[in-house]
Amino acid sequence: MKLVRMKPGHGDVVLAEGDVDVADDVERLIEEFRRQLDLGMQAAVPTSEGARREALLVRDFADVPRDAERVVFFPPAAGG
Amino acid sequence: MSVAVAVSIIVVAVLAAVGFGPSLVARLRRRRAAGPEPPPVARYDPGRERRAESRARELLRSVVSAEEYDMYAELGFLSVPGADPGYAYLVYPHRPILAYDTASGELLSEYCVGFPDRSDPALGERLPDADDVLAKWMSLRGSERRLIAAANMHAPGRQVDPGQARRDLMRLREWRRLRARRARAA
Repeated sequence: MKLVRMKPGHGDVVLAEGDVDVADDVERLIEEFRRQLDLGMQAAVPTSEGARREALLVRDFADVPRDAERVVFFPPAAGG
Repeated sequence: MSVAVAVSIIVVAVLAAVGFGPSLVARLRRRRAAGPEPPPVARYDPGRERRAESRARELLRSVVSAEEYDMYAELGFLSVPGADPGYAYLVYPHRPILAYDTASGELLSEYCVGFPDRSDPALGERLPDADDVLAKWMSLRGSERRLIAAANMHAPGRQVDPGQARRDLMRLREWRRLRARRARAA
């Protein structure tokens, strides 16, 4: 699983990467996940069902599907 | 001899203190009043935004459907279905989201919303175009209500030219028609 974040001037940046079956990796992923939420970021998990693509917004690492390849962090929406 | 040198040094030091002391003190006071030094400005890189957009497009391509990615690459916007098949949204980079009636093409509302990233002032707040579109897409697919609640809603025409939006809807219909024809021929 990869945790990536959108960044101005960069595009996406990989924050952390790990195997969800390895305890140390999971700990690192959870730590980074929480850090991004503490920074105010939103987290979305891209999902697919056949050709149809969806996104699942999550607020806890436990809500991330175990088979998810990526979690994408992006800034919160603000009325313009 | 050494006494004469020592006296000379002392005299020079006193003269320097009298001559430069006040301006040094004033400079120190100004620096203290100005607070901490601002972060260094990133060196101008004319290719940075292009590379960022290229990376953002790769992320977009890997998340949305092939049809949606081609739509963005060829038309410059996305059409994202709403919760009800009767309406959908036109999603432009760094412009408001426009709701429209899918049957008649009538423009319904304009939702002003952005995703400013204030974490690094040196890089600015603006996400690359494709990231902005993807952030809107994920928010609409993940929680349409939450995104609409965060947006400022206006009648169509406040920021996006309704004439341009109608032309974009016509381009979209034509694009879909040609794509369907190509798919049948293949």
